[in-house]
This record gives sequence, C-alpha cells and structure tokens, in this order.
Amino acid sequence: MISMVLLGVMSLIGLALLLNLWALLRGPSLPDRLLALDTMYINSIALLLTYGMYTVSQLYFETALLIAMLGFVSTVAVCKFLLRGDIIE
Amino acid sequence: MLELVVCSLLIIGALFVLLGSFALLKLPDFYTRLHGPTKATTLGLGGLVLASVLFFSFGQDMVNVQPLLIAIFLFISAPITAHMLIKVALHQKLPMIDKTSNKNWQQQLVKGNEQEKG
Repeated sequence: MISMVLLGVMSLIGLALLLNLWALLRGPSLPDRLLALDTMYINSIALLLTYGMYTVSQLYFETALLIAMLGFVSTVAVCKFLLRGDIIE
Repeated sequence: MLELVVCSLLIIGALFVLLGSFALLKLPDFYTRLHGPTKATTLGLGGLVLASVLFFSFGQDMVNVQPLLIAIFLFISAPITAHMLIKVALHQKLPMIDKTSNKNWQQQLVKGNEQEKG
C-alpha cells in the first residue's frame, strides 16, 4: 500500500513542480520569478525525500539538506543584489 | 496502523505542497502570491518529513531524526527568504491590487514622524 501512496505523492509533487515552472516562465516581474525558483527548490527537496522513502535508502537526506542550504543562500544572494546592486559590501 | 499514519501524513503533505504551488499561479499580485509558498509549501514539507521520520524509525531501536534537520533548517530559512523577497518587492514598488488595505503606509509613517518631531 505504501509504495502505491508514494507513487501518487511523487506524481502530485511533480505536478506542483510543473505549476512552478509555469509560474517561473510567466512571472511578470523579477521577484515573482525568484519566488517561483525558491518554491521549486523546496518542491525538489520534497521529491527527493519521497524518492528516498520509495527506494528505502537514507542516502538522499544529505542531498536534500545540501539543496536546502544552496537554495536559501542563492535566494538571499540574489535578493541582496536586487536591493543594493552588490552582494558583499 | 503505523502504515496508515505514514500514508495519511504523506497525502496531507503532498496536498499542501500542491496547494502552495497552485496559489503561486492563482493569486493576483506578488504580495498575496508570497503567502502560498512560504506557508502552505513549508507546512506540506513538514508533513512529508514527519512521515519520513516515522517510516525510517519503524522496526529500529531508536528514532531516526536525520530528516528533522531538513525541516528545522527550512522552518528557520523560509521566513528569512520571505522577508528578503518582500523587501525587494517594496524596493521595486511592484503594483498592488486595489483591495489592498493601508496602501499608503509609507506616507503615513513619514507624516507620523513629522508630527512627533513638531
């Protein structure tokens, strides 16, 4: 039962990623696109977690943590650049 | 029994993640659009992480808390990201919808400061 549920959950998260891609391509302004990209990071973490449960392996947690940290740092860096025109002052 | 709990947590989490992404498309302006990913998606990921903790500590002596690290990091970093994004949006003066209440808060703030001084 749980593998069927995991397949369904993975397809739902894939649909969410497609909606994010649409928002990323459509977004009228730059912060909109940045928000869509940040949401794509979080959704890919969710997809990695469910895939790790599907192939009963704990290898994917480190990858998910790495993606979380890189996504946070890159979003904050682009925000600083848009605010100040410079990342490290 | 545990399987049922894990399955329901997974489904609730996935539905919240999908809801957050749908809100990103549906809502009218940037300030409302920011609500979806920062609240619904983070909550959905919390549900998925809880399901993962239960799943990997099943049949073992101790609780596997490694996925909780991801959830804690995201729960700390999501409000900071939202704060930075809203600062960028106010800096670039993005358009608001007409129903926005307290729209000219910056002018009110300046006026209040002047009254305090004078």
